[in-house]
Amino acid sequence: MADDLKLLRTWSSPYALRVVHALKIKGLEYETVLEDITRKSASLLEYNPLHKKVPVLLHNGRPVCESLVILEYIDDVYKQPPLLPQDPHEKAMARFWAQFGDDKVMPSTWRVFTSEGKDQEEAIGPLTENLKFLEEQLKGKSFFGGEAIGYVDLAFGWMGNLISILEEIIDLKLVDAEKFPLLSAWINKFSDDPVIKAFWPPRDKMVEKFKAMREHFLKQVP
Amino acid sequence: MAEVKVIGSWSSPYTRKVEMALKMKGVEYDYIEEDLKNKSPLLLQHNPIHKKVPVLLHNGKPIVESMVILEYIDEVWEGPAILPKDPYDRAMARFWVKFIDDKCIPPMWKACWSVGEEQEKLKEEAKQGLKFLENEIKGKKLFGGDNIGIVDHAANFIAYWFPITADFVGLQRLMTEEEFPNLYRWADDYCSHTFVKENLPDKDGYIAILKSRYRSIIIWHYLSLINYVTFLVRSPHAFPIYEYEFK
Repeated sequence: MADDLKLLRTWSSPYALRVVHALKIKGLEYETVLEDITRKSASLLEYNPLHKKVPVLLHNGRPVCESLVILEYIDDVYKQPPLLPQDPHEKAMARFWAQFGDDKVMPSTWRVFTSEGKDQEEAIGPLTENLKFLEEQLKGKSFFGGEAIGYVDLAFGWMGNLISILEEIIDLKLVDAEKFPLLSAWINKFSDDPVIKAFWPPRDKMVEKFKAMREHFLKQVP
Repeated sequence: MAEVKVIGSWSSPYTRKVEMALKMKGVEYDYIEEDLKNKSPLLLQHNPIHKKVPVLLHNGKPIVESMVILEYIDEVWEGPAILPKDPYDRAMARFWVKFIDDKCIPPMWKACWSVGEEQEKLKEEAKQGLKFLENEIKGKKLFGGDNIGIVDHAANFIAYWFPITADFVGLQRLMTEEEFPNLYRWADDYCSHTFVKENLPDKDGYIAILKSRYRSIIIWHYLSLINYVTFLVRSPHAFPIYEYEFK
């Protein structure tokens, strides 16, 4: 009997997109359930009572939550093509970098995006430091995963479309091609990959959404 | 022969869980104590991004972040499993590890070092997380079932370090036996597990570390209980204690 896979997600969540991309790379069929985050469905609340967030992957009715946990689960169950490296040390490094992305790169990018003036200037330093580490990681590689898109590429996938959207809104280069040639090249290569490109949410809707988010955050500053 | 080293901090729950995992697998290793106030070139070389302990060095290659290290240990060495074998159970274990690390431990730790309204808010936040854990441990001896698993390791701070710290700073009514009977029982089972209890830092030693490392915090803490001085004192967020030295 074929596996029953369902993905609860929103139209724009970058975390959910990680799972969408992973499922596509693995060649898996699944049903999409689109959630409205302002009116969470009973299903979402039932399957993710702790966080009440997307994405949630339902595999034969059993929920798996947290996007990176879901990626590892998919990789555990469906072996080909592998998302994580096979070598234990490289696997550990992949997990480290994905965590670094979520703990450091994303928040520091967000800080630059949701601030202005002096606050924004001060926020750029930490972001630059974090991006330097990523640049270093790409030396001699097409993707973070080596020759093919892997776990770390999917973890950083949000940069593939979101960086240029954020740059457009704040009129500021976050990933300068001169300072970060490898990272810039990766962003282009990743987002142009046919597997990835097919699932980007509509750009104009994203610009509208993130513009509103930035305004909301700027209003909160005392 | 494989060379295994652990760079750690004696009092840190994050270091201890790595050591316990290695011992459970019967792996011999050299331990290097790090002075976190004066970080060694060795630490900075092997963990340049976070500059934190613990660091596992296996044949010269570093692995950092305690949960990443535990998964690595489980993959490389034979012996009692740290993670479940079944993919779904593994996913559940990873989920709980993240939940404990992100939602339970930070507010519990911060609550120890704050006062007044700030402390009440943190206590509430911590309790929300603990309620889910309380539910999860019902009917189970340990989070890992009959044996210590990665989720038990993730929660080791809750079992041992938190009660001592809370008692020391006078933080009350965060994790009581009445409200969290199953977690209380788990903490006891965990700490008295023959393997764990030999590998915990002794209580007095840990308190001495708290005293020396956080002397200024403690002075501030007690002073601010006397309300009239609070306006003279900076907010707790100014103190580096909020930033973990170890992960």
